[in-house]
Amino acid sequence: MNIPDNLKYTKDHEWLKIDGDEALIGITEFAQKELGDIVFIEVETEGESLDAGEAFGTIEAVKTVSDLFMPIAAEVLEFNEELEANPEIVNKDPYGEGWIIKIKFADPSGLDELLDADSYKELVEA
Amino acid sequence: MIPHKRVFHTFVALKNKFLKSIIMKDTALAKIHESMGARMVAFAGYNMPVTFEGINIEHETVRKGVGVFDVSHMGEFWVKGHKAFEFVQKVTTNDVAKLTNGRVQYTCFPNGKGGIVDDLLVYMIDEKTYLLVVNAANIDKDWEWCVSQNSMGADLYNASDEISQLAVQGPLALQAMQKLSDTPITDMEYYTFKKLKFAGVADIILSTTGYTGSGGCEIYMANKDAEKIYRAVLEAGEEFGIKPIGLAARDTLRLEMGFCLYGNDISDTTSPIEAGLGWITKFTEGNDFIDREFLQKLKEEGPVRRLRGFEMIDKGIPRQHYEICTSEGEVIGEVTSGTMAPFLHKAIGMGYINTGHNAFDSEVYIKIRNKLLKARIVRLPFYKNK
Repeated sequence: MNIPDNLKYTKDHEWLKIDGDEALIGITEFAQKELGDIVFIEVETEGESLDAGEAFGTIEAVKTVSDLFMPIAAEVLEFNEELEANPEIVNKDPYGEGWIIKIKFADPSGLDELLDADSYKELVEA
Repeated sequence: MIPHKRVFHTFVALKNKFLKSIIMKDTALAKIHESMGARMVAFAGYNMPVTFEGINIEHETVRKGVGVFDVSHMGEFWVKGHKAFEFVQKVTTNDVAKLTNGRVQYTCFPNGKGGIVDDLLVYMIDEKTYLLVVNAANIDKDWEWCVSQNSMGADLYNASDEISQLAVQGPLALQAMQKLSDTPITDMEYYTFKKLKFAGVADIILSTTGYTGSGGCEIYMANKDAEKIYRAVLEAGEEFGIKPIGLAARDTLRLEMGFCLYGNDISDTTSPIEAGLGWITKFTEGNDFIDREFLQKLKEEGPVRRLRGFEMIDKGIPRQHYEICTSEGEVIGEVTSGTMAPFLHKAIGMGYINTGHNAFDSEVYIKIRNKLLKARIVRLPFYKNK
């Protein structure tokens, strides 16, 4: 299972790549495998400020629908528009081209709640 | 990822593990599926492969080439003796008198209350021998129903635990399977069957039936022969690019064809008339089936709702139980099946829509996450073969 060391993770199988007060968010290798072929990603919260735990979008596989949740309180700066036409990128490259949103956060304290690669690995392999 | 979904998945996984240890049945091929990398799930009390390589590639394999499904979970009842015809005629809506030896008929069991106990296939071996093939989830219910309706005393036998079934589907299926038998199969008519020697095993039933709309056959065998035949099918199909296909692709393939799935599109509370199964509900002379009078009246008066197929115009995917509305948001129906159709690259669905709103080509709205998204009612099938 590919779990890059340089990312932070959530128990809901999302990852964050933090760069200053901004971060990219996507779903993990484990999550994309669980979902199977991803056919639709909807994010209509661009420009909104959301609390931790609020849904920022929806991801649909052929057979399932799941909400995507904010790992920390932040503003949704950008949705990866490539995913509108080609959602399968998330299956192919979940940690790279398959990033879903870019966020900007004012309060970094929420980051303490996130898992590092080792803790996330324990979670999915348990 | 939504926490409650995750919890749900974990719960299902644990439940599967738990159930598997007490009541989950394996088909004769479960171990082979696991060794081929299948993702297994609990389905209708059976441990079944849901995907192998991935739903989209599996779907496409069946549309363009050939794929093999283990459908051993399906149930099989034998009806024998001089009352066999009378029994099958009574419990099914289609006209069994139209069958001849070697032919198969799609039909349903009416439930005595205007609904459907199950949909099924009837194989006529001869006038004293019929094979009924029913849905896995309904085996016990169907068996109890058949026994309760057997006032004429036909010989009934539930062979569901003894028979394995493979569905070999796709445009190359018959050509590939011909390698395993000296009896001609590539020229068999749709919905016919033969008893033949197949992969070295005698008395195999092979029918030109299926649930995908891409042609091919379904093969019935004793459990003890299943592994040998399955391996022979994979080997014979190798040069045609055969792949094992899971239940997930079986569902998207059938939905592109607009085939009903029991439990989704038809049930104990839907009539065959409103489900668009009028073509298998025959009010011919001598076909005195359960609910005939009620269903004939319903057909003449017209049902208050009909099962329709629709394609999304706006971007969104319909799912079971979503509401179907007018542009004003008035609820006029409910989605019974929906998906992103892998081969058509369209979001499609079926659902019951009230009379007055269900004309072909009219626009309806599917309520998806509190938004009304536009869809168009279309004629089935969604996927037009040839």
